[in-house]
Amino acid sequence: MSDRRTELEAAPWGGRTRRYDLIKEGVVAVVIIAILAAVLSTLFGSPDDKQITFKDWAVSAPADFYATSVQELAGTSGTAGYGAPYNTASDGVNLGPLHLAKIMGVTHPVDTVNDFVITPLTTVSNAAPVADALKLWQASDAKQQSTWATNYDTALTKANQDASKVPTGDYGPVPELAAGLLTMAQAGSLDGALLSQGNYFQSDNTKQTLFLGDGSYFNDQSTASNLQGDTWGMMNETGRYPGQAWLWLYSFWYQIPPFNNEDNHPFGANADAWIMVIMGGLSLGLIIMPLIPGVRSLPYKIKIHRLIWKNYYQEENL
Amino acid sequence: MSTGIEKEMWTTKLRKAWQKNLPVEKLLPDTQPAYVASWIYMFGVATLASLGVIIASGLWLSFEGASWYHYSSVGHFVNSIHFWAVQFFFIFMVVHLWGKFWMAAWRGKRMMTWVTGALAFVGSIATAFTGYLIQTNFDSQWISYEAKDGFNSVGIGSKFNVTNFGQMILLHVAFLPVIIGVITLIHVLLVRSKGVVPPIDAFNKELGERK
Ligand code: HEM
Repeated sequence: MSDRRTELEAAPWGGRTRRYDLIKEGVVAVVIIAILAAVLSTLFGSPDDKQITFKDWAVSAPADFYATSVQELAGTSGTAGYGAPYNTASDGVNLGPLHLAKIMGVTHPVDTVNDFVITPLTTVSNAAPVADALKLWQASDAKQQSTWATNYDTALTKANQDASKVPTGDYGPVPELAAGLLTMAQAGSLDGALLSQGNYFQSDNTKQTLFLGDGSYFNDQSTASNLQGDTWGMMNETGRYPGQAWLWLYSFWYQIPPFNNEDNHPFGANADAWIMVIMGGLSLGLIIMPLIPGVRSLPYKIKIHRLIWKNYYQEENL
Repeated sequence: MSTGIEKEMWTTKLRKAWQKNLPVEKLLPDTQPAYVASWIYMFGVATLASLGVIIASGLWLSFEGASWYHYSSVGHFVNSIHFWAVQFFFIFMVVHLWGKFWMAAWRGKRMMTWVTGALAFVGSIATAFTGYLIQTNFDSQWISYEAKDGFNSVGIGSKFNVTNFGQMILLHVAFLPVIIGVITLIHVLLVRSKGVVPPIDAFNKELGERK
């Protein structure tokens, strides 16, 4: 656009004017929207599916909870193998040569063995077999602990998570520890112990959320509510409510190749990171849109503005 | 009459810049250009009004605490107002955004109006997201569990931990609304200061003839 034109478009308007009451318009808008929101609230309310507790999980799906506890001890759970920011078990996802999470380091250390199982068990008085198991575990070295836990985890997986079908073996105190944690969770005392980790004030739910996500129960609930990311779940809400529809573009990338295939390298396997980069770039593009050639000329070519200013164009015979 | 000392004072400079760019007649005018007669202009105001309802209902929720709405029917109603006002806010904002795009409303040195608007859009998404994380219900459990992977994947998770309820509630009720409020204020003041952008073809007919 020419500089002269820009100057003219920036100059105060010298043409016809009309009466316009900005404040009245604003006040009326607030009143109307408050009324509309009140009407929808009365008719439909808002979504509020109850939170899942460890008690819910341990009571509804005890085998899943039990097996997950064993995985936390054996280091085979999702969290145990996550990498930064929780631990150093893996390099995490990457953007080509950049492992950004790893570079930022372990900022929220999570030790699944102690944080999820052993420390919570020490906060309650346990039945004799569990108390003995805890003593034996604490008296053993890391190598021995790991051998027991791995043996039992492998055997339990082979038995399809059915503890009664696991053949006898060198499992040490692991079965009793998992059983003890199950009892604790069923009694409802695990949630608080995971959160507080022996402290008084606590407002960080990271450990609970990671542990909950390691099992199948939580995932199954989310699938049932259509919240899984590969089915546009990011935009969905529980029940029949609108969700974060404005995340449609973010969610879109997860539905298409290569990002919808975790086995595709390098993009599918690192979809989270690549999609974050794409959306960061697009957001920046939106912000500086008036500078982008081509895009910024569209409104001149596709004349939707003639509809928007229909009255004015008619009045002025433009 | 101004002395040399007066000229150098910051206070004086601010007052003069303010008077030049945004005299009160521009801030609260009686008239608007004739072309400000379109349904599209209602969407900016409607977005602003929705934000007002969001802030009012949000303040009420803050005073009662994050779990209030689970057990109080008044609480559930206030939460519902907050929820629906957010839905309105985004619908209006998106129509507003598209409207301003097709009007090429950044013309005539109005680039910063577009930029502040777009920042408000991105910032509102972040704010709404933290709101979903502090619902203290199943949805917020699941969203935090899923979203952590996205933020962790690019290292943001080391500073912005979506599974940390305390961090999310503080950001949602303090930091982010203040940012959105300030950006929106600048956005609206810019519109008042620059005047509403003239139609694309008004240049040829009216603006052109004025010179
Ligand atoms: C918090 C969200 C927002 C609020 C409360 C808001 C509010 C307003 C208001 C009240 C106006 C003046 C009335 C009108 O023209 O509709 C306006 C104008 C404008 N808005 Fe926004 N807006 C928001 C977001 C956006 C977004 C996301 C964009 C685009 C990326 C945008 C771009 C513009 C532009 C370019 C103008 C100037 C229009 C002109 O000169 O005619 N705004 N906004």
